[in-house]
Amino acid sequence: MKFLRDALDSVKPHFEKGGKWEKFFYIYEAHDTLLFAPKDTTKSKGVQIRDAIDTKRLMMTVIISLLPCLLFAIYNTGLQHFLAIGQPEAAITDIIWIGLIKVIPIVVVSYVSGLSVEFIFATIRRHEVAEGFLVSGMLIPLVMPPDIPLWQVALATVFAVIIAKEAFGGTGMNILNVALTARAFLYFAYPGDISGDVWSYIGTGNEAVSGFTGATPLSIGAEAIATGENVVASLNAYGSGWADGLFSLSNLFMGFYPGSIGATSVLMCLIGAVILIITGTGNWKIIFSVFLGAYGMALLFNAIGANAFMEVPAHYHLVMGGLAFGAVYMATDPVSASQTEAGKWIYGILIGVLTVLIRVFNPAYPEGIMLAILFMNVFAPLIDYYVVNANKKRRLQRATV
Amino acid sequence: MSKSIRLNKGFDINLAGKPQPTVVDADQPETFALKPTNFHGILRPKLTVAVGDNVKAGTPILFDKKNDRVKYVSPVSGEIVDIKRGEKRKLLEIVILADKEMEYEAFKSYSVSELAKVSREQVVEQLLEGGVWPNMVQRPYGVIADVDTTPKSIFISAFDSHPLAPDYHLLFKGQEQYFQAGLDILKKLTPGSVHLNTNADAEVFQMFEHAKNVELNKFSGPHPVGNVGVQIHHLDPINKGDAVWTISPFGVIQIGKLFLDGKHDASKVVALTGSEIENPQYYKTFTGASIKKFVADNLKTDHVRFITGNVLTGEKIDSDGHIGFFDNQVTVIPEGDYYELFGWIKPTTSKVSFQRAFGLLSFLNPKKEFVLDTNTRGQERAFVQTGVLDRVLPMDILPTYLIKAILAQDFDDMEALGIYEVIEEDFALCEFVDVSKHDIQEIIREGLDLMQYS
Repeated sequence: MKFLRDALDSVKPHFEKGGKWEKFFYIYEAHDTLLFAPKDTTKSKGVQIRDAIDTKRLMMTVIISLLPCLLFAIYNTGLQHFLAIGQPEAAITDIIWIGLIKVIPIVVVSYVSGLSVEFIFATIRRHEVAEGFLVSGMLIPLVMPPDIPLWQVALATVFAVIIAKEAFGGTGMNILNVALTARAFLYFAYPGDISGDVWSYIGTGNEAVSGFTGATPLSIGAEAIATGENVVASLNAYGSGWADGLFSLSNLFMGFYPGSIGATSVLMCLIGAVILIITGTGNWKIIFSVFLGAYGMALLFNAIGANAFMEVPAHYHLVMGGLAFGAVYMATDPVSASQTEAGKWIYGILIGVLTVLIRVFNPAYPEGIMLAILFMNVFAPLIDYYVVNANKKRRLQRATV
Repeated sequence: MSKSIRLNKGFDINLAGKPQPTVVDADQPETFALKPTNFHGILRPKLTVAVGDNVKAGTPILFDKKNDRVKYVSPVSGEIVDIKRGEKRKLLEIVILADKEMEYEAFKSYSVSELAKVSREQVVEQLLEGGVWPNMVQRPYGVIADVDTTPKSIFISAFDSHPLAPDYHLLFKGQEQYFQAGLDILKKLTPGSVHLNTNADAEVFQMFEHAKNVELNKFSGPHPVGNVGVQIHHLDPINKGDAVWTISPFGVIQIGKLFLDGKHDASKVVALTGSEIENPQYYKTFTGASIKKFVADNLKTDHVRFITGNVLTGEKIDSDGHIGFFDNQVTVIPEGDYYELFGWIKPTTSKVSFQRAFGLLSFLNPKKEFVLDTNTRGQERAFVQTGVLDRVLPMDILPTYLIKAILAQDFDDMEALGIYEVIEEDFALCEFVDVSKHDIQEIIREGLDLMQYS
């Protein structure tokens, strides 16, 4: 690989101070360090050796943990397409083909638009290109509906990177989760394209099968508040004739039902969670406490039982919608989450509690996890403030006794 | 009351190049040096000698104009051959060409029975005159002990848990009576106790086990368990307004020798360690020795870094550089100034990581001895990961918040978050494991300087 190094070394002077492309040094550097780990050595004073980990590897580990969800997303997008148009016997190659042509463009658009913003900001603000967007760029497609117009993906990504991240100083400084900001932006800017009948890709020229309503498990739950029907019975009945058991408990766990591209499968999220926890890149306390908070809140609602959605068995809340995906990949974003160990428990539990609360009390927006996480992102510094204050108090008390 | 404390947080870095348990009395190096930069708290260093002057072991060669009672003396007898200065004429090294036969300045000597009757004033006077005072370091701030301060207590760590750390059995063999005399002297300096903290995970050296006039505490766990700052935190934490002193066993012995023998004896054993050393072992020499003779014809490869001290808190020196005042170890590891294709993602079993992110497999083989080089393994970034620094700092301190308070120069927060309890070395492991590659030890020293001088 010497020729590659030589090639980089030969163009490098043009990007360095005094070179003709001096302005674009950080863009050059981002590519150089992507190919070669830099030859920097430790300073003469301080640690003389360094841990082998760096942020690139850290972010890449998160992306690897997202791969099960991405692969599942490709298959499921195709599958839901054929189920919705009444061709459940479609060949697996066709299923994957449809999945690929729907999912891959969204991923590409997300990365291209987001990285462009990153490069522009790195050039203007004179700093290195941080790796944070590598993860955000993969998370954004996975929480989009399959039929989202690509220009909206680009717009949402650009908005999220600029407003949620760069405005605060870039990676590591943001208050809100970038991927969720992108989704929230679409939700409030173009509600018609991200709610209602968008969770299965039908395609032009195709007719939806009779009985297909575009419903999701959460929308069925939300409707039950008005109709008073038993939610579990409605879930089990949906899809009868064209996709039996589409919303059965086991299928909700497996994830073969319409929803955000990559966020439907609890199983895949759990595989990702295991990768994150074993590699130490995702915090188990947050993941566990989100589930705990949601389960506890659902149990509480069971006890109250004021409407049909409140009576849904608590474990249904854990498998419906994006709770698992949010808990594993969104809530664990270390920058926007609580940073103290005690704070992480509080942060996670409150996300779970709020998610179920929003689901049950805000039927206009049944997917509660997105708003719950964004809300708790804002409150995470406050939680930390009290945890840090407790540490300071311990120190003061020690001094006086 | 003696305590036994077990710590769980921390990380042992298992490096290749552990010293063989042999002490050689080889050819002495030609030059020795005193480096004012080894001492924190020297504000206006002033030389009392010039190039060409002859000195004896124990002759004052330097003092601080702001604190002129503390004398910094020559470790050996000989001729001042060089005074190295850096930017803005900052004093870096006073180099002494050693005599073949060592001559000592004469100080008053005491018998063991006389020692018991010596007053605190006499002790302080002799410690200052004899040039052994700089062995005592005062916390907070990790500066040379203040002459007018009476410390709450004194702490001695009786083991070193850093990577490739020398074995104290070999460093201090046969010095029992001096060590005990030193402890008796120290006891006169504080109304509180002298804490001697030993390693519960290894066989305890007789000299420490049988020490009298001290509180003997036992510590076990991974590095940084041997750091005296960590030990203080668990025994008797430093609060605002407190002052405690720390001293190494070498310093205690040097004090003992000054009082019993009446001379400034800077002879010490140092360990030559590291993966690039052909024959890692111990050498008998004096404080501030040049490493030139030790490393000549003793290297496996050419492109290496010489470090006085250990790989976590040490300082880079040249191949003919001098060992630092507080160091009893030299480490030689490969330089890491090379590019590595896809080095940021390639799975590796040969690099050490505290973490287990993709491809970092060192955790599978904890017994392996690693050869690590000086490559930074990535570039500096904003703080992203949370909770990792906490796992290598066995103190009730929130490292990230303290670091951020220092960067923001927030004095109230620094104080409230515990800056009085720490010095750089306590954060060395944090700096090693930090995924964002910050110079955390440098930041901590900045914070200490801010608290102290502004």
